[in-house]
Amino acid sequence: MKKSLFISTLAAAGMVAGFASAGTLQDIQAAGVLKCGVGTGTAGFAAPDASGYWEGIDVAVCRAVAAAVLNDKDAVEFVPLTSKVRFSSLNSGEVDMLSRTTTWTFSRDVDLALTFVGINYYDGQGFMVPKDLGVSSALELDGATVCIQTGTTTELNIADYFRVNGMTYEPVPIDTAAEAQAQYLAGACDVYTTDSSALASSRSTFENPDAHVMLPEIISKEPLGPLVRHGDDQWADVVRWTMNALIAAEELGITSANLESLAAGSNNPEINRFMGTEGTLGEMLGLEATWAAQAISAGGNYGEIFEATIGESTPIGLARGLNAQWTQGGLMYSPPFR
Amino acid sequence: MADLSFVRTDMLPDQPAPLGETGVLRWLRTNLFSSIPNTIITIAAIYAVYFTLSHFLPWAIQPSWTKTSMRDCFDSVEVTGACWGVVTERFNQLMFGFYPPDQQWRIMLTVVLMLAAIAPVLFDKIPRKALVFSAIYPFLAFWLIWGDSVWAPAMVMAGFVIAYYIIKFLNPVAGAIVGITTAVLVAVIWWLYAVVPVSIFINNIIPIELDIVKSREIGGFALSIIIGVSGIALSFPLGVILALGRQSDMFIVKVLCVGFIEFIRGVPLIALLFVASTLLSFFLPKGTSFDLLLRVVILVTLFAAAYLAEVIRGGLAALPTGQYEAADALGLDYWKSMQLIIMPQALKISIPGIVSNFIGLFKDTTLVSIIGLLDPVGLTLAIRGDVDWAGILWELYLFIALMFWIFTFSMSRYSMYLERKLKTSH
Repeated sequence: MKKSLFISTLAAAGMVAGFASAGTLQDIQAAGVLKCGVGTGTAGFAAPDASGYWEGIDVAVCRAVAAAVLNDKDAVEFVPLTSKVRFSSLNSGEVDMLSRTTTWTFSRDVDLALTFVGINYYDGQGFMVPKDLGVSSALELDGATVCIQTGTTTELNIADYFRVNGMTYEPVPIDTAAEAQAQYLAGACDVYTTDSSALASSRSTFENPDAHVMLPEIISKEPLGPLVRHGDDQWADVVRWTMNALIAAEELGITSANLESLAAGSNNPEINRFMGTEGTLGEMLGLEATWAAQAISAGGNYGEIFEATIGESTPIGLARGLNAQWTQGGLMYSPPFR
Repeated sequence: MADLSFVRTDMLPDQPAPLGETGVLRWLRTNLFSSIPNTIITIAAIYAVYFTLSHFLPWAIQPSWTKTSMRDCFDSVEVTGACWGVVTERFNQLMFGFYPPDQQWRIMLTVVLMLAAIAPVLFDKIPRKALVFSAIYPFLAFWLIWGDSVWAPAMVMAGFVIAYYIIKFLNPVAGAIVGITTAVLVAVIWWLYAVVPVSIFINNIIPIELDIVKSREIGGFALSIIIGVSGIALSFPLGVILALGRQSDMFIVKVLCVGFIEFIRGVPLIALLFVASTLLSFFLPKGTSFDLLLRVVILVTLFAAAYLAEVIRGGLAALPTGQYEAADALGLDYWKSMQLIIMPQALKISIPGIVSNFIGLFKDTTLVSIIGLLDPVGLTLAIRGDVDWAGILWELYLFIALMFWIFTFSMSRYSMYLERKLKTSH
């Protein structure tokens, strides 16, 4: 059994090696499928449903890219990656892009030879405490026991924060988010700290969410976004501008509802350039003229994706906050399509 | 007075034994309350069992099998403990991963056929001709699980058949070395150059195909069983060869075997899995998609084989030298003496060790969740990623533990049966 698999794989390897010199974009178009690295299960960001269909805001980015490149939002092979193997899988070519709640940091961008192409969620580290504790600010947490996930930036952030404010704390190191939640609920620690989006989604699953409050302080910057390998700028451009297209579409008022009528042409030249009825933006990118419209058709614009996956209408219930359009006081800002 | 007698002529009827010396009471007295320390231990143990069950059962026995989310369980008045709805809803996923639902019969069929294929290997009462099916089975299973044309695995199998007949007919004529070398050469050339065109050609005439299923879609217990069973099946012959090689008088063979065993045993399995998932793809040309599942199976096999070799070496060392000398005295060559005299005894001695190795290997398959394969433990993460089931913990782990226990317990019972059957001492 293994021998036959081995041989057919060798044959496939020989065939694939023939294309290997071409760019990532050409490889994907030849294969007809985008290999996208996602998380192994983060509520609202990436998780398979009961029938194995992947959903979440990270997954939506993959689907939008697949729709822009291949005109099929389901032409994606989702590769679940743990935080330990995600970067090496991207660098070794096992996935074409990574969209996996990954914080954009200096060392990852520069030292690990990765290219971050945008931000799909501005996160920050927060604190959650039981209401009974009677704490209303993180500055009142002197001497508290804190549940922290080890090996993440949260561990370093909280050490910095408590040192700067001259406070002490007792860490309870924990390996996974699920375990951290169980320990917190069992009363092993007074405070649970991690990215505030994860805190909110964790709180939404408690039996009694109202018995817990999130403190107003956000102590770190955690810009999460998709990334690709260094060295293939054309492919980086495709992912970057697909991400930008999702954001710009919300700003321009292009939604999945009015997409078809706008594709016929409108009196706004920027929308026309965006939809490919004017100009040659798609051709410059090496894609079809309607690439941006295809990307929007996958799951709507950024605002629609946000609302459908982690927004206030979902159980996770995150407000737009920093992730609103720049015109609404947020940080979502796409360079112009020109 | 003549009938006066001092000897009883009729038997007294049997008296029932005193109440404290029969039945339940006696059993209790001799086994549970025979002395004061035993009494104390008994009472403590009964309390421990009661304490555990009185907490566990009210939690576990809940009318929550039809609930569709954690919130559903929280809101329901009658559910106060475990939320079993997750097992109902995700049962298929925990069993088959993302295998297409309309194709899942293929996995079931593979497992049923596996039992049929193993039977003649394990039970000697079944006719020996059934072993032919056992030989065909690996190729059949490969086709059933991954799909595509039946002719590709069939043609790969044909390579073995060709090699077998070459050896059969050439050996008497040209000697063993020429026969085996020719057979291996022809088989390799057949696999490299003929299998693909021939199977495509035959498939054009008689197309027998199943839908292709990618390795990425296989998950849950199906994945554990595939990795575990192929690891066990492949590591056994390799382990036997390594054990023999380690005892060999030939310097290079011995050094290679010792080096391999000591290297693999000195490295944790998780490190090998990371090698499989990340390091290997750096060595291969960019863009090559060497199946991750295959890489994992290969490294798991190597890992298990190294441990197995040492277990079998223990069996070999336990045999008295007289057995080796007797085999030599009968004029048997090395392979014949191993096959007929040494190995049957050595393997019999090693059965408990071999089986516990296999059980360990099967449970170790859960480590693949760390490299992102969705085995049952990996799926718990994915299921918690669904907002409906976020935060669910014990229900899933208990279910998975129970399933693993069923598999491993049947393996250990089987090993005990085998030991009894092969027992020759008195």
